[in-house]
Amino acid sequence: MNKIEIENLTLQYSDGNESLRNVSMGIRENAITVLFGPAGGGKSSLLRCLNRLNDMADVQTAVGRIMLDGENILDPKTDVIALRRKVGMVFARPVVLPLSIRGNLTYGLEVMGESRRSKLDDAVERSLKQAALWDEVKDRLDDQAIALSGGQQQRLCVARSLALEPEVILLDEPTSGLDPISTAKVEASLQELKKDYTIILVPHSVQQAARAADFAAFFLQGELVEYAEGKSIFTTPVNKRTEDYVTGRFG
Amino acid sequence: MESNLGWKEYLITRAIRVAGYSAIVFVTLIFYFLLREGLPTLAEVKLTELFALRWYPIEKYFGILPLISGSLIVTLGAALIAIPFGIGTAVFISEIAPRWAREILKPLVELLGGLPSVVLGFLGILVLAPKLRLLLNLPTGLTALTGSLLLGAIAVPTVVSVAEDALDSVPRSYREGAWALGATRWQTIWRVTLPAARSGVLTAVMLGVGRAIGETMTVMMVTGNAPVLVTSLGGLFSPVRTMTATIAAEMGEVANGSVHYHTLFFIGMVLFIISLIVNVTASAVVFRSQKRAERVLS
Amino acid sequence: MKLNRNLSQRLGFGLISLMATLTVIPIIVVVIYIITQGGGAISLQFLSGFPHDGMRQGGIMPAIVGTFYLTLGTAIFSVPLGVAAAIYLAEYAADNWLTRTIRIAIINLSGIPSVVYGLFGLGLFVLFLKFGTSILSASLTLSIMTLPVIISTSEEALRAVPQAFRTVSISLGATRWQTIRRIVLPEALPGIITGVILGLERAAGETAPILFTGAAFFLPRLPNSVFDATMALPYHLFVISTQVPEMPFQIQYGTALVLIAFVLGMNLIATVVRSRARARRQW
Repeated sequence: MNKIEIENLTLQYSDGNESLRNVSMGIRENAITVLFGPAGGGKSSLLRCLNRLNDMADVQTAVGRIMLDGENILDPKTDVIALRRKVGMVFARPVVLPLSIRGNLTYGLEVMGESRRSKLDDAVERSLKQAALWDEVKDRLDDQAIALSGGQQQRLCVARSLALEPEVILLDEPTSGLDPISTAKVEASLQELKKDYTIILVPHSVQQAARAADFAAFFLQGELVEYAEGKSIFTTPVNKRTEDYVTGRFG
Repeated sequence: MESNLGWKEYLITRAIRVAGYSAIVFVTLIFYFLLREGLPTLAEVKLTELFALRWYPIEKYFGILPLISGSLIVTLGAALIAIPFGIGTAVFISEIAPRWAREILKPLVELLGGLPSVVLGFLGILVLAPKLRLLLNLPTGLTALTGSLLLGAIAVPTVVSVAEDALDSVPRSYREGAWALGATRWQTIWRVTLPAARSGVLTAVMLGVGRAIGETMTVMMVTGNAPVLVTSLGGLFSPVRTMTATIAAEMGEVANGSVHYHTLFFIGMVLFIISLIVNVTASAVVFRSQKRAERVLS
Repeated sequence: MKLNRNLSQRLGFGLISLMATLTVIPIIVVVIYIITQGGGAISLQFLSGFPHDGMRQGGIMPAIVGTFYLTLGTAIFSVPLGVAAAIYLAEYAADNWLTRTIRIAIINLSGIPSVVYGLFGLGLFVLFLKFGTSILSASLTLSIMTLPVIISTSEEALRAVPQAFRTVSISLGATRWQTIRRIVLPEALPGIITGVILGLERAAGETAPILFTGAAFFLPRLPNSVFDATMALPYHLFVISTQVPEMPFQIQYGTALVLIAFVLGMNLIATVVRSRARARRQW
């Protein structure tokens, strides 16, 4: 079943640059959908539309619709705060907030108004276990999060969005700064997480895209070139440009 | 609870916005009150009497030219000191000094900026003025020159900090480019770094001069307070009276609403307009050079 | 030719170094001179007693207390307003003509001569609002004068907080204000405190703005309310060095010493706050 339907989305930044041109695609529930392609193709812009983080960027015009559970989230009347709780995001560089490990995890709940200690503690433990970090940090939850290693920080960021019990998780090149071992850990936890969540991933390499994708969409200069199951797009791409890219002829 | 949060957010955002506008409100208020209390002068004192050569309010002489000339000569002298020493120190700190010297110099210059002007005035009376009187064989040490020396010292920190910022923001690649072409460090400073930072250095000079014109306590204490028209550079060696010192010295004794009171506000208005011009021009220079930098970078 | 270039560089560097030295040495000399000349005057009685015999004897306690009151009063008005204005500029303001006007207004405020602030305070607070020559009028006047320093340093501190923190906070469902309150402000706090102290330091040392708004020549007692005038250290130094004949040098230098200790002490606190925060900062 599709969790998200993107319909004829065109996105333009205030400096006139168009970053997405007439994109339509459906995003399946409980699967990993990968958005890949060369830099500047519009993947991150699309990602940032899905939780309206684009609101913070330069004024832009967004034409078209993004339906999440049947509601258009581009509607100005959308409660963006509620949307962002429902659609979590993990960024390219692990950005831990200048708080303790616990503070990072409970931040989203606290700004929501949750102050019951038991609820917060439950969320901390659950999300850390889901992100496969619990065993490493359970004895030092009150340490500053910045003291963690890069890989741990990124899994903390994953856990931080999970703490809010979102339905969709957006990941923007989540492993770009990590070593291979940490990358493998993050990728493995994504495979676990997809059982409960809808995951949209912008990978940092074609190889990662191929490893992780249930479905994959190839973006080139703001255009959705090809969208298919992961198994087929990396082995038997239909479009010539997709083939050139996945076989390494450009990009 | 959600809507409660919304209300709080709304009120706080409103309050912050209002605070953001406050600077405009205050500048406007200041100008308004200067006009309100200063403009009546124009009805009470004929223009020819206002721009006359004699300031002697007790006998109804309200000529402000001596005060303007006093401010000009003292400021000119201060500029002649603050500009070379300020820019020189900025160049030294930003281009030449080893790290340890920079770590000592910067706080010291900041310290000078933090010294209350009344302390400098006090030392001017007790130490500098008697020394100058002996050295130059003058009838009194309380002269425009004494004021200029101290005002120069007061303006130096402003010049140093703004000019140093400007020099610091010259991209390192400019210097490396010049070195790669075989220029010495000295040639690079003169022909590349200083010209590249010229708008910032100009701003530094303007703000320094602005600081000197507006300084009050020091000049009131050390310039001798004689409202005499200065006609030549020789005036540096005799007592003068600046616009700021006149306001500070006389406002305490005038009757509210009197001609004298209005005239002092009128002088304040002139000072306000001078500082307005200096600062708007200086910020225009800064804004323009920022725009240019953005164009180069993008 | 080569020799020539090196020679001119040597001469140039020598000249510049000399100028820097000539700029800095008098500062050190002045401070040391005041300490040595005024140090002898400092005693418990000097710091805690009232002046008497036409201020030629006794202590300067009312001036110290007065400067403390004025600094405190200035802080009460200027800190909330200045920090809020900085938050507006750093976090909310769009890049448009209104914001540019605000910036120009701030630059202007910082350039207005201190004696003109005194005139304004006299016109608005003392006469128009009828607060009289009082601690209140003087504090309000000093507040407006201090505002630009607090705004610009606080804005700089807020802008130094990485943008990524804001993005992350917003993406976790925080509102803008929650982001500022919980993440940005705590991180910017040391920088803001430094700026506030530097602003207040300037206010504490100013004389001209309080001349006609709140400074008293001499008071036989401490002020009772914010509507009383007060003695103040900088004004007292002005009075005893120009208005009182045959003033003992030691009291003059002692007063100057207390004043610069007050001001430089604040400066020192600001420097310590700043360098400790820099050492602790992890971004």
